[in-house]
Amino acid sequence: MKFSFSSEQDEFRSNLRRFLTDRAPVKEVRRLMDTDAGWEREGWQAMNAELGLTAVRIPEEYGGHGFGFGEHCIVLEEMGRALVCAPYFATTVLAAGAILHAGSDERKAALLPGIASGEVVATLASAEDDGSWDAVACTTTASATGRLNGHKSFVMDGHTADLIVVLARGPAGLAFYTVDGNATGLTRRLLATMDPTRKLARLEFADVEGTLLGSADGAYERVMIEAAVCLSNEMAGGAERLREDSLAYAMMRMQFGKPIASFQSMKHKAADMLLEVELAKSAAYYAAAALDEGDEDIAAIASLAKACASDTYSQTATHAIQIHGGIGFTYDNDTHLWYKRAKSSDVLFGDAFYHRERMMQNWAA
Amino acid sequence: MTELNETTVRAECRAWLEANWDPNLGLVEWRHKLSESGWGNPHWPSRWYGRDLPVGLVPVVKEEFARIGAIGPAEAGIRVLAAATILAHGSDMHKEKFLLRIMTGEDTWCQLFSEPGSGSDVAGAVTRAEMKGNQWIVNGQKVWTTSAHKAHWGLLLARTDWDAKKHAGLSYFIIDMKQPGVTVFPLRQMNGHASFNQVFMSDAKVEPEFLVANVGDGWAVTTTTLMHERRGADGLRTWGKGSTRPERAYEEERAEIATTMEPYKWYPQRAGRVDLVMPRAKETGRIADPVVRQEIAKLLTMSKAAEWTARRARTAQAEGRPQGPEGSLGKLVSSHIARAAARVHTQISGADALLTGADGPMDGVIAEILVSVPATSIAGGTDEIQRNIISERVLKMPRERTGDSDKPFKDVPRNLVG
Repeated sequence: MKFSFSSEQDEFRSNLRRFLTDRAPVKEVRRLMDTDAGWEREGWQAMNAELGLTAVRIPEEYGGHGFGFGEHCIVLEEMGRALVCAPYFATTVLAAGAILHAGSDERKAALLPGIASGEVVATLASAEDDGSWDAVACTTTASATGRLNGHKSFVMDGHTADLIVVLARGPAGLAFYTVDGNATGLTRRLLATMDPTRKLARLEFADVEGTLLGSADGAYERVMIEAAVCLSNEMAGGAERLREDSLAYAMMRMQFGKPIASFQSMKHKAADMLLEVELAKSAAYYAAAALDEGDEDIAAIASLAKACASDTYSQTATHAIQIHGGIGFTYDNDTHLWYKRAKSSDVLFGDAFYHRERMMQNWAA
Repeated sequence: MTELNETTVRAECRAWLEANWDPNLGLVEWRHKLSESGWGNPHWPSRWYGRDLPVGLVPVVKEEFARIGAIGPAEAGIRVLAAATILAHGSDMHKEKFLLRIMTGEDTWCQLFSEPGSGSDVAGAVTRAEMKGNQWIVNGQKVWTTSAHKAHWGLLLARTDWDAKKHAGLSYFIIDMKQPGVTVFPLRQMNGHASFNQVFMSDAKVEPEFLVANVGDGWAVTTTTLMHERRGADGLRTWGKGSTRPERAYEEERAEIATTMEPYKWYPQRAGRVDLVMPRAKETGRIADPVVRQEIAKLLTMSKAAEWTARRARTAQAEGRPQGPEGSLGKLVSSHIARAAARVHTQISGADALLTGADGPMDGVIAEILVSVPATSIAGGTDEIQRNIISERVLKMPRERTGDSDKPFKDVPRNLVG
């Protein structure tokens, strides 16, 4: 359903929200973001053991729960809301997506159960130093025997992943290769990024042993569409949290003898924020359902959702800091954590301008 | 008694329509039959031309009408608001006298609420009604009155007590528009059309039994009318589509639609005509300009997301779930869309956007968009009022203290006009 959630889905969401409120409070976000890894295996495994979150969209024959994007995006929206520090997106959206779309049955059977159980943390390395997620920009090469040479950048959790799916040019064209995180010849470096809650790495491949997963033709495009939709939902969750937090602040912050929420400038800003966030949620939900329903227009819809979420999250974050005033510009106040995530999310997989152009390529042809 | 559910209602309605629908009847004659049967407004009370049908089952009846091509009761314009208000607050005499002729379309109605001095603040009305002898005598000026020049009856909000506080001093009347004390002038808009009127009442008369509810209840009754206006806003402005079939009832309905819809003919333009953006961009070749492409994509993003948000609200309603905040945003977002569309259209058309009428693109439609969209963010509750409603009712932010609630209305500062 593109316009509503079932009562099971609502219940799933509220359980998840309770769990994340309890296990991933901002205090925990701040602790993890200050580590180089950005996450901890203990907490990660507890989350997956208790709620099976990494298994949500993995098919049952590969040890997963076999749900669709509807459920997967609920998890992502809630994680975006809580700003959970975990390699969830990299593992379940990017790596699992590439394996599902490009891998043979044997490779899926070999790789997916580990992801479903939470034992294997994985990622996809596709963009390079030029920061483009377009396949044409790929310069990393693979030999006939799967030896990889080149570099990758902006790789989500690339410095900690156990398994890396690499996009490279092989003898038969663009293909995905799987690489062990500790492979010889692989150099991984944590990038110093503006958003400390989402770690990015630069990887160098000097004759690294890779195993062909399958052709990336069509599959890479598909994974990027799914990534755009999933990230849109994550962003909608973050934007809504910012909106709610800044409203709560405006209700309790007293100036001139009354709550600043009673000033019309604040009320009108709050109404505009609600409008924008609800539109972004509608687009993100619609896009998730469109993936599940096999909508033929999915490429344009995914780009629409991503462009909408990008503009909304950044705008909401800007408003949220403004509503907080001076305290909002301090490091101790939490607002900047979401503000930074809004920007990193805008950039990842193409910003709003990029996705608007993609929409037009689909709709104006 | 048969159980009321979709299946039984559908079967009963279908049987009645199959036995009775006759396109060769005159429109009024057919609607008399409809009113006797109760199928015209099935959610109305059975005592008053209805069948006591739950509102949720009305769409089933409408589907059956559409299936056989039968014409429904007269529904366009202010008359539906009059009917809803009379059903909720009117006396038996009012129901007897007015409901049938509303349904048949024989009477046209108008709404006399807004005044030059009170736009967003409707309860600040200063039109005066005084009991003199055995009659109410009305003096004052109303504005933005659609169809006043054709109306037989008006829904009038007037002040009857100047010593009471603002809301408590109002009363609600049904006024005969065809009397010497009522004068109607068209009001020309910035887009050249004159869809509304100014109404001057100078010692206009209202018989005592045409007071609705009690003296001092005017605001409560007005709220009912406005609630139905908001709920039905889409319906009121839907571009009427009559059947092209030749029989008499269809022919008369086409004439009725043409008359009723005449004031609304520029309404598609005031919403921005998002539907024309892509065709115009291709036709002009501006589709190749990356800046134009960005603007078009922004507009389509907002327009699609707004459509999906409305669908979320309607789905929640249909599933009987509590509606989230998404239900209160439609009016405000439509203003944003209209403004953005006007900007994109003029960007696409370039210098041609200046040309109107036959000189302009699409016979002037593009130019008409630019000069019509400002209505969207004003009519039916300004954007500012919408933001107040959203922030106070949805987000529960504190209400502002107003300057008129703690004193007799005669002491409230107000505009000099009116």
